[in-house]
Amino acid sequence: MSDAPTNSTPTNPVEKLLRMERIPHIWCPGCGVGTSVNCFARALDKTDIDYDNLHVVSGIGCTGRVAGYVNVDSFHTTHGRAIPFATGLAIARPEAKVVVYSGDGDLFAIGGNHLIHAARRNIDMTVICVNNFTYGMTGGQVTPTTPYSAKATTTPYGNFEDTFNLPNLVESCGAVYVARWTVYHVRKLIKSMTKALNTKGFSFIEVIAQCPTLYQRRNKLGDGVMALQYYKERSTVQNGAPTVDVGLDYQSDIIVGEFVDKPRPTFMDKYNTRMTEILGNKFVPYEGVK
Amino acid sequence: MEQDSEPSNDNPKPSKSEKPPAAKGQAFIDEERCKGCSYCVVFCPTEVLAMGGRLNRKGYHLPEVVNPEKCNGCDMCGLFCPDFAIFGVRNKKKKDGGE
Repeated sequence: MSDAPTNSTPTNPVEKLLRMERIPHIWCPGCGVGTSVNCFARALDKTDIDYDNLHVVSGIGCTGRVAGYVNVDSFHTTHGRAIPFATGLAIARPEAKVVVYSGDGDLFAIGGNHLIHAARRNIDMTVICVNNFTYGMTGGQVTPTTPYSAKATTTPYGNFEDTFNLPNLVESCGAVYVARWTVYHVRKLIKSMTKALNTKGFSFIEVIAQCPTLYQRRNKLGDGVMALQYYKERSTVQNGAPTVDVGLDYQSDIIVGEFVDKPRPTFMDKYNTRMTEILGNKFVPYEGVK
Repeated sequence: MEQDSEPSNDNPKPSKSEKPPAAKGQAFIDEERCKGCSYCVVFCPTEVLAMGGRLNRKGYHLPEVVNPEKCNGCDMCGLFCPDFAIFGVRNKKKKDGGE
């Protein structure tokens, strides 16, 4: 595209990767999911992935709407079942790049079991989890990631449950690449998403995002700008930090960075290796459904 | 782009020698997509944008380019925008001597 300096207006670089007829999207003003999708589109633009071979799968929730907005093959599954669908897709088409883009409630509460087993098997997929500490779409109920003492619709006196430490949980289940960023770290998030898309195996990125309408408002934390300023002031980049130490408390310091990057054989590699060991020449290595 | 004329100035035309250096970049706003979250205004490193008093069709306050000469086209506004409504581009360098 040649942009002449005279009156021709250049187009937004993310427009070619989004279904622009559906924009403006349904997310609230200042929602962090929009910024994360912006970064995702730019990360896709930077990689040399063939878009015909890329699939985005989402579950239900605010972040679950992402599958409807990205202009690649996408599927909007039932609640919590984004990973089972993506697992089937990754096994039937090993050459495809599968991205699961969903929220913390969808991936860790309703779909928790699916996620840990996909990580254990090291299915070749990239999971991007937008963590906004609440169930945004259904009105701000408590989730497994809501920090202690934070208020939600279902915990008006403050949450008393312990939370999941998402990077630690995913690492202990066997993910090959684990990172956490906030939506304030836009450039690092793009770089990390690019790296995760080029990683073979189960890669996981936690994106901490603000929910100005429910989480911020109920806890009297101000608007989206105040949330981003909190991320700016209280987050420290510690690449390679042990994931046991990166748990989050209510309005605590946030440790961000790339925590884990250790390749190991994927589900498909191990299947073919084992079967060849046992059956020898009789086994034809599996290369997807033809 | 519309240009605001300075009211009641002694010199109606700025002299050529005092011409400010050309802006390195430019920000483009799609006003109907904007939801007025003001991230672009707060996180612009060179303070090009400010929240204006105008509203779009849905009633959201819009950002406005107030210091266009300061824009360096870093696209930080575009990276933060949750609504894909703004982006910055770097102007192509003009060769010296050529207008």
